[in-house]
Amino acid sequence: MAFLEIEDLRKRFGATEILKGIDLTLDKGGFLVLVGPSGCGKSTLLNTIAGLESISSGVIRIDGETINDLHPSKRDIAMVFQSYALYPNMTVGQNIAFAMEMRRVPKSERDKAVADVAKTLQIEHLLARRPGQLSGGQRQRVAMGRALVRQPRVFLFDEPLSNLDAKLRVDMRVEIKRLHQSTGTTIVYVTHDQIEAMTLATRIAVLKDGELQQVGTPSEIYNTPANLFVADFMGSPSMNFIEARVARANGTASIVIDRDDAAAIAFAVPKSADASRLADGAKVKLGIRPEAVTDTESADRNSANLSKFDSPVEIVEPAGSDTFVVTRLAGKTVTARMRAETVVAPGQNFTFALNLDKAVLFDPATTKRI
Amino acid sequence: MSAADLLSAPPSREPSRTSALTRVVIYGLLGIFAVIYILPLLVMVMTSLKPLDEVTGGNMFALPRAPSLDAWAKAWGTTCVGLTCEGIKGYFWNSIKMVVPAVLISTMLGALNGYVLTKWRFSGHRLVFGLMLFACFIPFQSVLIPMATILGKLGQWGNFFTDTIGWSLGFGNPTVNLVIVHTVYGLGFTTLFFRNYYEAFPTELVKAAQIDGAGFFQIFRRILLPNSTPIFVVTVIYQFTNIWNDFLFGATFAAGDQMPMTVALNNVVNTSTGVIEYNVNMAAAIIAAAPTLFVYVVAGRYFVRGLMAGAVKG
Repeated sequence: MAFLEIEDLRKRFGATEILKGIDLTLDKGGFLVLVGPSGCGKSTLLNTIAGLESISSGVIRIDGETINDLHPSKRDIAMVFQSYALYPNMTVGQNIAFAMEMRRVPKSERDKAVADVAKTLQIEHLLARRPGQLSGGQRQRVAMGRALVRQPRVFLFDEPLSNLDAKLRVDMRVEIKRLHQSTGTTIVYVTHDQIEAMTLATRIAVLKDGELQQVGTPSEIYNTPANLFVADFMGSPSMNFIEARVARANGTASIVIDRDDAAAIAFAVPKSADASRLADGAKVKLGIRPEAVTDTESADRNSANLSKFDSPVEIVEPAGSDTFVVTRLAGKTVTARMRAETVVAPGQNFTFALNLDKAVLFDPATTKRI
Repeated sequence: MSAADLLSAPPSREPSRTSALTRVVIYGLLGIFAVIYILPLLVMVMTSLKPLDEVTGGNMFALPRAPSLDAWAKAWGTTCVGLTCEGIKGYFWNSIKMVVPAVLISTMLGALNGYVLTKWRFSGHRLVFGLMLFACFIPFQSVLIPMATILGKLGQWGNFFTDTIGWSLGFGNPTVNLVIVHTVYGLGFTTLFFRNYYEAFPTELVKAAQIDGAGFFQIFRRILLPNSTPIFVVTVIYQFTNIWNDFLFGATFAAGDQMPMTVALNNVVNTSTGVIEYNVNMAAAIIAAAPTLFVYVVAGRYFVRGLMAGAVKG
C-alpha cells in the first residue's frame, strides 16, 4: 500500500470543477512533483492535501489513515509556501519553534530541535534575526527549517523556488534534493518549472485543466509522454512535432514524411509505437526531441533507426554547452541540439540526422501517443 | 521619463534661482499658515497665565506681565462646575475612566471583526461588512432615544442586582453606559479600519499558522495583532479623539458628578452667574484638550504612515 493515496479527488467551486477526479499514489520516501501550466489546479491539489481547502468528493489517505476532514494541524504535514510565509514579528528561531510551541513541546526540547535543524540548514547564525533582515535564499532556508523541525509524515512544497533569482534557484534545487536524499522524507512538490520537476522528482504528475495527463518517473514522462500536451510541456527546448503518414507494404508499416521541396523521408516505425495499430495512409504526428536531431557525425551510432535529411539552416543559437540549430522540415520548425563546436551558419544547407529510436508517434485526432 | 525624453528636453536655465524663489514662496506660505494655526493656542496659553484684571483690562495678544499658574490651579481644583466648586479634576478622571475602556474594547472588537471578515470568510460576509459600514453613517442624534431605552433597561437590571446581591454589577452606572454607547458606535469605524488593513495581510501567514497548529485566537493574538501596530495606532487615535471630544452622548447619558470632561467644561464656561473668568476657562479648556494632543504627539508619526498603509502595494 502506498504511503500517500489520493482516490478520485474532486473539487468544485460552484459549477466549475477545478479538480476532475485525481488518482495518485506515492510511496514512503518518494518525491512527487505536480507540474502543469498556471491554473491547472496543481496548487489547489496541494492545498487539499494540506487541508487548507476542502474537497468535494474523493479520499485522501496518509499511511492508510483517511485525512479528508482532519484539520491541517492534525494531518502531520508541513508546508513550505511560495512567499515563505515567515511570521514577521518573530525571530528565525521563534518561527521554527512556533509549531512545537503550539503543540506544547517543552522549551528545552524545542531549543534542541531548532538547533539541530539550524545546523542541518546552516542557518545557526541567523536564529536571532527577524525575517525582514534576511535575503531571499535565507528566508527560503528558514521556511524549510520550519517544515523540517516537526519531522512530519509528508512535506508539501508550493512553488518554493519561484521567488528566487535564477542562480539561487539552481543552488536551492540541489539543496532540496540533497535534503530529500539525506532525510528520506516523503515530499509533494508543486512547480510550473519542468526542469525542477525533472531534476527533483521520483514521480511526476502532469496536470492540465484539473485533469491528470500522466503520472510516471521523470524518464517515462520525458521519453514516452502519454499525449501531445505532456510531450510539448516537458523538455526545453520543447519537442519537435512533424506531420507524417503511415505507409504499409508487404505487411510492414513505415513512416513517411512528405516534403514539398525535396524527396520524402521514409523510415521504420519507432520502437516506442505499436506498429500493428497503424493503418495504411493514417496521419500521425512524429514527436522527436531536439537532442535526437543532430549533425550526422554526432548521431548515436548504436541507434537502429537513423535517418538523414538536408535542409537550410534558419537560425543558430549558441548556448555555451550546446548549439541549437533551427531548420524547417515538412513546413514545421525543427530545433536540433548540436555540440557547441559544430560549424554551422544560417542559410547553409546542412545534413541533419534523426535518431528515430527516440521518436514517438501521436494520433492527431485524439492527441494520444500510439 | 525615458532616456529619449531626457535627451530631447531643453536644458533648464538657471535652475538654482527658480528653485530659490519657489522655496521662499513655499516657506513664506507655510510660515503664515503656521502663525494662523498657532495663534488661538498661543492666546489661550497666555490668557491662562494672566490674572483676571490683566485679561479684562489688557490686550489679548500682550504677553503676561507676571505669569502665574493660579488660574490653572483654580480650574483643576476649585472652580465651580454647576453647583459644586471642586474644579474639573473629578470630571477629568471621569473621562479617562470612560475613554480608556471604550477605546480598548472598540479597537479590540474591530480588530477581531476585521480578522473574521478577511481571514475566516463566511457566506454573507460582504453583507455583514456592508451593514457595519452603514453604522458609520448613522448620525449621533438618531440613536439617542433608542439608546436611552436600552440604557434604561440596563438601569433596571442594575436596580434588580442591587436589591438582590447588593451590587449592580455595573449595570446602570453612567460611566459603564457611556463605554457601551461609544463601543457600539465606534465599532463600525474600527471594523472598517481593521478589515481594510487585514485585507492586504498575507493569507499565507494564516495558513502557515494553521498548519503549525495555532487555533483561531492564537493566530489572532500571535500572528495578526503583533503585525498590526500602524492600524492599531490609527484606530486608537481616531477613537480616543472622538470619544474624548464627544459632548452629545456625555450630556445625554451622564449627569451630575459622573459627567465627562467635555460636559463639565461647558458648565464651567457657560456659567450665567458672577464674573466670567477667562483665564480659568482657558486653563480648563487646555486641560480638556491635553490628552488628545498628547496622543497625537506620542503616536502621530504612526498616524500618517498608518493611514497610507495599504494604499499602495508594496
